[in-house]
Amino acid sequence: MARLFARNETLVTLILLAFCAVTAAIDPHFLSVPTLFDLLRNATVMAIFSVGVLLVLASGGIDVSFTAIAAFAMYVATKAMVALGFGDSMLVAILLAGGIGLLLGLINGFFIATMKLPTMIVTLGTLNAFQGFLLTFVGTALITQVPLGMRSFSRTMLVRMETADGSIVSLPVAFLILVIVATVTGLLLNRTMLGRSIYALGGAPESAARVGVRVVAVQYFIYAYVGALSGIAGIVHGAMARVANPFDLVGLELSVIAAVVLGGARLSGGHGTLFGTLLGVALVVVINNSLITLGIPTTWQNVVTGLLILIGTGLPAFRAKLAAQRAG
Amino acid sequence: MMRMDKQATPQPMARPRRPDPVRVLGSLAGTDMGRLFLITVLVFVVMSLLEPRLFPTRGNLSSMAFQFPEIGMLALGMMLTLLTGGIDLSIIWLANLSAIVAVMVMRQIAPDPAATGAWVCLAIAAGILASLATATVGGLVNGLAIAGANIPPILATLGTGLIFKGVATVLTGGAAMLGFPEIASGIGNGAVPWLGIPVPLLIFVAAAVLVAFLLNRTAFGLRVYLFGTNPLAARFAGIDNFAVTMRVYLLSSLLGAVGGLIIAVRANSAKADYGSSYLLLTVLIGVLGGINPYGGFGKVSGLLLAVLSLQFLSSGLNMLQVSNFAVNMTWGALLLLVMVINQGSLRFGRVRKR
Amino acid sequence: MESQVEVRLEGISKSFAGVQALEGVDLTIGKGEIACLAGENGSGKSTLVKILAGVLRPDSGSIEIGGRRYPHLHPIEAVRAGVQVIYQDFSLFPNFTVAENISFNQALSSRRRLVRWREVREVARGALAKVGATIDLDARVEDLAVADKQIVAIARALLQDARLIAMDEPTTALTEREVRALLDIIRRLKRDGVSVLFISHKLREIFAVCDKIAVLRNGRKVADGPGSAFDLASLSLHMLGRRLESHAHSRVGSRGEELMRVERLGRAQQFSDVSFTLHAGEVLGITGLLGSGRTALAKALFGLAPADRGGIALGGRPVRIGSPQEAIALGLGYVPSDRLTEGLFLPQSIGHNIVVGSLDELSSGGLLERERVRGLTEEWVRRLAVRTPDADMPVQSLSGGNQQRVVLARWLARNPRVLVLNGPTVGVDVGSKAEIHDIIARLAAGGMGIIVISDDIPEILAACDRILVMQAGRVVEEVESATVDEDRLAARLAS
Repeated sequence: MARLFARNETLVTLILLAFCAVTAAIDPHFLSVPTLFDLLRNATVMAIFSVGVLLVLASGGIDVSFTAIAAFAMYVATKAMVALGFGDSMLVAILLAGGIGLLLGLINGFFIATMKLPTMIVTLGTLNAFQGFLLTFVGTALITQVPLGMRSFSRTMLVRMETADGSIVSLPVAFLILVIVATVTGLLLNRTMLGRSIYALGGAPESAARVGVRVVAVQYFIYAYVGALSGIAGIVHGAMARVANPFDLVGLELSVIAAVVLGGARLSGGHGTLFGTLLGVALVVVINNSLITLGIPTTWQNVVTGLLILIGTGLPAFRAKLAAQRAG
Repeated sequence: MMRMDKQATPQPMARPRRPDPVRVLGSLAGTDMGRLFLITVLVFVVMSLLEPRLFPTRGNLSSMAFQFPEIGMLALGMMLTLLTGGIDLSIIWLANLSAIVAVMVMRQIAPDPAATGAWVCLAIAAGILASLATATVGGLVNGLAIAGANIPPILATLGTGLIFKGVATVLTGGAAMLGFPEIASGIGNGAVPWLGIPVPLLIFVAAAVLVAFLLNRTAFGLRVYLFGTNPLAARFAGIDNFAVTMRVYLLSSLLGAVGGLIIAVRANSAKADYGSSYLLLTVLIGVLGGINPYGGFGKVSGLLLAVLSLQFLSSGLNMLQVSNFAVNMTWGALLLLVMVINQGSLRFGRVRKR
Repeated sequence: MESQVEVRLEGISKSFAGVQALEGVDLTIGKGEIACLAGENGSGKSTLVKILAGVLRPDSGSIEIGGRRYPHLHPIEAVRAGVQVIYQDFSLFPNFTVAENISFNQALSSRRRLVRWREVREVARGALAKVGATIDLDARVEDLAVADKQIVAIARALLQDARLIAMDEPTTALTEREVRALLDIIRRLKRDGVSVLFISHKLREIFAVCDKIAVLRNGRKVADGPGSAFDLASLSLHMLGRRLESHAHSRVGSRGEELMRVERLGRAQQFSDVSFTLHAGEVLGITGLLGSGRTALAKALFGLAPADRGGIALGGRPVRIGSPQEAIALGLGYVPSDRLTEGLFLPQSIGHNIVVGSLDELSSGGLLERERVRGLTEEWVRRLAVRTPDADMPVQSLSGGNQQRVVLARWLARNPRVLVLNGPTVGVDVGSKAEIHDIIARLAAGGMGIIVISDDIPEILAACDRILVMQAGRVVEEVESATVDEDRLAARLAS
């Protein structure tokens, strides 16, 4: 139990609660179901991304290309469904986008696992290569007439409630996608040898290779998985926005990485939990929401996210430095 | 002690012949710098062949000479941080922020852009100082986050970059900030009399010479290389790691600020998100120029050749009416290609982890 | 009789880039036998173990494990055959708990896909019980002490039906009490029918636990027999190839001025109440097992982990040494114990590795004076006989002994008044070892004050005038090396 309180997640939870308290004090409407549903709706896509990024960080790597993969998968899937006329089912859309994302992720996997190149620079390259390819060869036009499947998806509600003043608030079924994704990934990380191998790879890469972890296979899996999840996040985003905009999503990667790092994942690898990651996303979303409530213009969002990254990584890093100095 | 005799190729005793071009090419391709030189020449030649009426013209050469200094300055800054095994993801944002501050100061002192005279010169000087001061503060923040709080450089500069970008956005409201004194743009966009060398190019060459000098001829430069190779051993050898890191990130910011000024002068305005594609480009230049991203190795001469190659490529692609998106795609693909090729020559040996 | 043999290596030879690491080595280990592979650094011990583990392929010779021949031994095959090697770094996962570390390898090799945490804990508990240790199953390995990490590594090895556990220099990072505990565990393994290959150069431990001893020297097996057939003298004779030059060092003339006086120096939880003086021309030895505080003391003297109690005076003046830069400015030098990670910039040139200590002296106004840099490099490569064709070659191309000379050169180029050497001949071949001792003697004769920190008793006795014995952070004895012999000193250390 004592160990629990020393964990990163506890700190994040406390900060989250503090922010909620402050915002609620200023705007009492904050603590209400509509707000909760709003937050969950806003957080869904980012949370799906962050679940994938957790895998990458846990393995000791970093991926900045996932938003480009998402945009690519979303746009290509939508365009294909419109052109070929088979967009009646959202499930098909999800499978298609996930599949495209998976293939793109395999490309990342090739450069990282087979060619053994540094992950940051590889994904910086593929970010631009994927987005550039999309905009050059696939198209730049917005698709406003999204297929039926996506449209009806965006209107399907998981929960529908009536508030005291008679208005209806709802939680979109997209949230269910997040729940499924998070549950599956959580089970993967905690209950399968594959998931443990990912942490092993991040904790001690040489030892992992020595004891027989199939490093190359695991890395291919990780980047394919992130790709697939990103594709799913992309198509969900496109469906919810009811427009396929190929310029969307890219630019979000820093906030996602910030959320995952805040949630306890370390850049050096081997650490990070699903719960912590979701907490991190919650924190980022709540803070952004609070800023609006507190009347701070959105132009300050970048500054706040940046400060969050610095504080979220700086405090544990500094503590570790002091501990190392004391040990001599 | 053994001495290995370098085997000299037998000298022709008869009358001197012209150097065999194939042999020269072969020996050039054998060295890193030589390969880079060949690539630069190759790109130039290919682009000239593809657009013979547009590319190898005086006008184009002049235009390119005005363009690459700004990315060159950023690449110089990025290079220093790469040498220490770090990276500066905030450099372009801080550069823009510094330029914005400069314009604000200039506008404050000399509100009328068309004015001339001593007052305007004062405004310009103050603006430049203000931008350097901003960069200094930003560089110190980076340095403290990395050397003081031990935050990994990727995350630290990710965070500070967002902050710089955010502050810049707040200051400008997202729009471009006008108000450069016309004299400033006149000088900044012009060429030195008689020689016809563009002013930005002059600044860049001066900076490159300075950085090369720092790295090759000073104790500081050697400390940078050694720290980048093995920070632990550097500490044991008496190198002040904290000071080296602080100085490197400070220098990087200052170089970036000058680059930001050049960008702003060329656009005649300062904006928070100018050059957002430059981040990828500076990393590509670094890697192409032979800088080991893990730290410890890399030369300015390599960087210069890489800057030139990519400028030729960029201008050429523009002439071929290739869209910006496609150009970005090309940079991404090139980065991957160069890394793969470098891997083949076993350049990324590491002493420490990651 | 055949079924009594667990491992039989015959005629093993291996060479790397022209250097013959092993030549025609035979080794037989019986079932449930504790065999020791003894030898100095560079004798080929590690190479032989790697061949046994399947990590390296021998150029010639045969490998037989459990009665079966393996013409092309692969690491996974070796594991399946029952060979487990515990390397010096243990190969553990710092971010995993003790329970998970113990169970992970076995789960991986049994191709299990799902993790059953209860089973993981059961299995781990059982393995620890077999080793006879109790460690918190939920502790993160990165938080454990070195001795506990080693136990985790052994427990893990046992899980995979190990029939032979090879331990490479297992006592390097252990305190005396922990060494005793480890030897107990090894005896327990023997009782359970597991063979142990104990690789070490520490004579005392070899005698304490081994049934049979095989000695390697320069890649050849020079002696082989039951432990009772050897004694300290004959064993070290086989290992070194010559008699120990005990007390060869004699002080030249009388002691010079007092260079350093340390009074009641301490650092929380590392060492306390340490006092001694060092005079010019003197070689002071500090010995003790790991955990005795000897390295912490060295780091305090050099400013890497400054003391928080007591005082240091240099040349009579009290000083504060808060950083390596301050130490260097005060005329100190430090040759660290881990040459590869702490001492050298491996891919950088020999010249750079030498001049790094003297950068300020070699520059004026920040500018490096190239001629002087070149001159300094050449001078020291010559004076310390660093064997290299070219000082621009990367230092990683040198042998251990030559690399150590480069580190020495770095400090000697500054002409320090006091030089502290931590483990100066670790990982250095026998020939270079003697030469480094010579260098130390010459430096002392020239008036330098030298502190040698080592757990190598013969080395301490041969090189030092006076010896401080440290235990649990305190100095427990100070002796003149001329008045003590090896047995007594080792006993003092071990008590």
